Amino acid sequence: MAKRKAKASRVRSESSRRRSKAAKNSTQVMTYDDGEDELLEGDDDDAVISASEEDEGGSDDERKHRKLLEAISALGGKKRRKLAERSEASVQVSEFAVSAEGAGEKISLSDLLGAMDQTPSAVKSTKKQLQNLESCKDTLELPLSRQETEKIQRKVAFEKTSKDVSQWESIVKQNQRAEQLVFPLNQEPSGPKPVEHVVVGWKPRTPLEMEVFSLLHKNMQPINDPLLTPMEEASLKAMSLEEAKIRRAELQKIRALQSYYEAKAKRERKIKSKKYHKVLKKGKRKELLKEFEEMRNKDPAAALEELKKMELARMEERMSLKHQNSGKWAKSKAIMAKYDDEARKAMQQQLEMNKELTQKLALPPESEEEQEPEETEVVPDFANDAQAAADPANPWMMGKLSAEPAEKDCGGDDKESAVENTQNEEEREPEGDEEEENEEDVLLREFDEKRKSRRPDDDALAPPFQVDKEETEGEKKEEPVCVSSEDEHEGEVVSEFKSLFQKLLANGHESTVNKGTGQDAKESDAEEPALLDEGLSRVRSLEDVDELLGQGLVREHAEDVAEVKEKIPTTAEETKNERTDKRKKKKILDLNDVLTRDAKVISVPLAPTAIGEEEGEGDQRMLVQEAFAGDDVVADFLKDKKKRVEAGKPKVVDLTLPGWGEWGGVGLKPSRYKRRRFRIKVAPPPPRKDRNLPNVIISDARESSVAMHQVSQLPFSFEKPEQFECSIRTPTGHTWNTQRTVQKLTAPKVVTQLGSIIEPITRDSLDKSKAQTRGKKAPDIVLASAGAEGQGPRKGRRKAGENNARNLRNPRRRAIKRTK
Amino acid sequence: MKVKVLCRNPDDYVRETTRDIQRVPRNYDPTLHPFEVPREYTRAMNATKLERVFAKPFVAALDGHRDAVNCMAKHPTSLSTLLSGSCDGEVKVWNLPTKKCVRTLQAHEGFVRGMCARFCGTSFFTVGDDKTIKQWKMEAPGYGEEEEPLNMILGKTVYTGIDHHQKEGVFATCGQQVDIWDEQRSSPIRSFTWGVDSVSCVRFNPVETELLASCASDRSIILYDMREATPLQKVIMNMRSNTLCWNPMEAYIFTCANEDYHLYTYDMRQLSMPIVMHSDHVSAVLDVDYSPTGKEFVSASFDKTIRIFPEKKSHSRSVYHTKRMQHVICVKWSLDNKYIMTGSDEMNIRLWKANASEKLGLLTTREKQAQNYSQKLKQKFQHHPQIRRITRHRHLPREIYSQRKELHVMKEARRRKPEVQLMCSERSGTALSPSKKKLSNVPSLLVSFFLKCKVLLAHHRS
Repeated sequence: MAKRKAKASRVRSESSRRRSKAAKNSTQVMTYDDGEDELLEGDDDDAVISASEEDEGGSDDERKHRKLLEAISALGGKKRRKLAERSEASVQVSEFAVSAEGAGEKISLSDLLGAMDQTPSAVKSTKKQLQNLESCKDTLELPLSRQETEKIQRKVAFEKTSKDVSQWESIVKQNQRAEQLVFPLNQEPSGPKPVEHVVVGWKPRTPLEMEVFSLLHKNMQPINDPLLTPMEEASLKAMSLEEAKIRRAELQKIRALQSYYEAKAKRERKIKSKKYHKVLKKGKRKELLKEFEEMRNKDPAAALEELKKMELARMEERMSLKHQNSGKWAKSKAIMAKYDDEARKAMQQQLEMNKELTQKLALPPESEEEQEPEETEVVPDFANDAQAAADPANPWMMGKLSAEPAEKDCGGDDKESAVENTQNEEEREPEGDEEEENEEDVLLREFDEKRKSRRPDDDALAPPFQVDKEETEGEKKEEPVCVSSEDEHEGEVVSEFKSLFQKLLANGHESTVNKGTGQDAKESDAEEPALLDEGLSRVRSLEDVDELLGQGLVREHAEDVAEVKEKIPTTAEETKNERTDKRKKKKILDLNDVLTRDAKVISVPLAPTAIGEEEGEGDQRMLVQEAFAGDDVVADFLKDKKKRVEAGKPKVVDLTLPGWGEWGGVGLKPSRYKRRRFRIKVAPPPPRKDRNLPNVIISDARESSVAMHQVSQLPFSFEKPEQFECSIRTPTGHTWNTQRTVQKLTAPKVVTQLGSIIEPITRDSLDKSKAQTRGKKAPDIVLASAGAEGQGPRKGRRKAGENNARNLRNPRRRAIKRTK
Repeated sequence: MKVKVLCRNPDDYVRETTRDIQRVPRNYDPTLHPFEVPREYTRAMNATKLERVFAKPFVAALDGHRDAVNCMAKHPTSLSTLLSGSCDGEVKVWNLPTKKCVRTLQAHEGFVRGMCARFCGTSFFTVGDDKTIKQWKMEAPGYGEEEEPLNMILGKTVYTGIDHHQKEGVFATCGQQVDIWDEQRSSPIRSFTWGVDSVSCVRFNPVETELLASCASDRSIILYDMREATPLQKVIMNMRSNTLCWNPMEAYIFTCANEDYHLYTYDMRQLSMPIVMHSDHVSAVLDVDYSPTGKEFVSASFDKTIRIFPEKKSHSRSVYHTKRMQHVICVKWSLDNKYIMTGSDEMNIRLWKANASEKLGLLTTREKQAQNYSQKLKQKFQHHPQIRRITRHRHLPREIYSQRKELHVMKEARRRKPEVQLMCSERSGTALSPSKKKLSNVPSLLVSFFLKCKVLLAHHRS
């Protein structure tokens, strides 16, 4: 640095000198001649350096020259204006008043020393020294030539600058390695800065400011939210402690109670004893009755209202299908009803409920019923969902069918249930059992009728459908097995496909890589390949692009074919064997048989009952059937596969020649010996991968249509095929990744903003990067919330919100804050 | 009692506008979204195709000069301003958004050889064939005022180039020597010579602001430090360099445009060997300019094309040409990295997009995301043959195409020659010496190659 400064000062002095010179010869202010100046400068320099040294030698010549000039001017006769010349006084006029006449003559050392000899006072030692000096004839070395000095100068200067420039290397590398560069570099985020940032950089200057700051500092005053100092906050906390304790105690109490009740209810609900429930119900009912009686006595209006309520409930029940066994639950039960008594019972209960509710209240009601408690106990909520369209296949919904099993199956059960019912009803209604049963029947019938009226076509449909069902049942039994196994196989096939595909890829790479490296070795000397294929055709539209691809196809196809031939069958054998073992265990049915067996044709009468849409579907199906009447896709597929299998089998090479060592002629076969000898059997190929997959053809051959899209050589910068595959395999799109991941994955390397000027990199960034490595210096003023410095505005905001919420909860504290 | 609240950033679930699609939570179970590679491949293919279809780099032509455009200068603070000087001494100031010339001034008699704007953007300097350096105000003179330069310096010789210091009031000119001027003085504060009779281009380093580099007609590139008394270093190439440009982000890297159809990128600390030789042009390269990000540069050539090279790649990523564009003399990359300006022989200045298929203007977030995604896909599948073929395809005019072919043939022949010689020679046992070292500066091969080309070109033209 110091050197440079010195240089700068030298430059300055030089320039100042030059300025003075320019002032002198004022004729040349604007017109400027470099060459001349350079010359002048050189002279000047010489003058400066050597004036004192060699004036003696020059002065003689000068004098002569001057004389000559005078003579010439005298010859001309004209008086010429004498040029103003700068002359040093010391050269012309001697200090010691001696004429400068002999000044030009050279004085040798011996001349001077002559006097020395004569003076006796001179010290002997000095004399000796002088003599030595005289005898020594060596001259000083010449200074280096200008070229050479410059060369050295240049070298030094270049080394220095290259060292200076190398400082940038770190930041350049950093930028090259950066995941993302956002230009312009070192942008400051737009928008207002958070207070912390502003304050941190600010220094108190005036005494007042100093004082204020010291006060704030002492109190650890935070800058933004929360506005309370830690001290204040602590005191606030202390104040609210008692309150908090009380409140907590209350809450604890409430929670304990709640949990206690919950536990109790749970326990009660879990009790399975029917008797207990019955008793419970009874008790409840009694209580209710009592209440009602009381009500009737006390205020009949209320009682009347109760009655009305009940009436309303009846009406609602009649309107709704709630207990008519049409819900999901009911349907599921209906399916089970055949085998499960419980289910049957539940259904019946439902119907009973319906009956009960829809019964007209002739008498002043003794039994006051609220359906909800019972319902919740017996039936889950979803059971009562109304359903618009019932499944026609559901026998329970077909009216008669539903009734039959219940009636037929077992009289005993029925009786039991009846007994139960009666037991139940005895308590609330003093009515006969038979009546009830009749009523039930009536209800059921009604129910059926209702159904029928809703679907007038059902009757016509029912019988054939039933038959169909029975017919198909036999098959159904078989099918599930088959389907499941097939499903399994499908899963396997998929996985197998994957592994196969990968292996294929890997193999392709290996073979090609080997080839590639060979080529690379050859081509490594050659240059980097061009980035562009430049041609004469223009690409203007998508069609052009496709055409372009077509051209490429033809070109690359040949190469690919060649590559395919090199491919070797993979090492998939072992894995396959393992897998087949596994499969043997799993497999029950021969899939080939299943597939090839003729499908049983079932004649299903067209269901006219179906709704319009379904009809349309059926039509379409018919249409499709008609259209593909002649096609037997499955058979075609199997044929195709067979053909492939045949083609893949090794052929016996027959090398027998007729007549050698035997009789030859028409109709003569070569002998057995010969056949055995000359017919060469080729070793069987590894078993086909798809031999156990009847509906799959797996081909090991590399298909050229796919190869066209595949990478044939390991690209540069990848060392192994696996790396490359991995890079391809990981998806980047939003279909497979979360939004944040996609953003991260697809972030461009260089981001520039439209309309923002990008300045060249500056020294600041260099200094900054250096500072980062060194570690940050602490700011002069550290305030209480300096910890929150790094927080973004969002975080701050959230914090503020929290604070507000807390304040709302605690009004007193808010008041304090306001007073502050 | 403390209430814990789940807090989410509204940006994640609130749509930008009411017209935007609602965000729907997705199930990312990979089994639900199979075939990720083929699907992405298809997307990549579509993206590449669309990129090529939308690659329309030409934006506008600025018409108005009455002679070939010889030099241009960017305004350092205003993106919409461009200065251009033509061969008839006229300087024009353009407003790029409106594509109009806002000011015309007759700056010099004869060529305007070079121009540069002051770092603050208040004035600009021009040098011309009339041996003058003139400083002009950036604003047009008021009504009734004469168009007059702020300053004028009359020199002895012709100045061929000028460049301004990045931060101080200092500029450098070149001609018979390289002069460093203070704006306040009428004489140079320093001049450098190093056995050259003419220097064609001088450029300040934008990062290490005291450094300069110049191209001289004795095929050399010379480095200077403004603070030193002597030049720093010199490298002599086989052909003359026309111009050079420093990388604005990497202090020690510069690229020079050479007469031998190539560009060379040097590390200034190691001048004995260029880092990269950029070749694709089929004629002399006349000008080069770095993008402000320092990641790419653009070169203008005598072969009527401009090419964009990635910083350290030896081949161009893109080539621009039009039927009417003649020899491109000067080229500039706009300071926001989005446009390229070219000045050519047929008096036009052309404005190009730096990224041919980029959609300019404001993009919505979703658009931006889609763009990023397609870029990523293209990059991911760039090695796949079909995609590579589409991305790399460029149209070239027939002349250039055939010239390229010719050059290629010649190059191949030259490459093969030693092998063949060796094969034919008696002592075929001797190993081939690796020819890679020959690249130093410009291989001697290139000279002969160049001469051959010249002959061919001459033949071609006649």
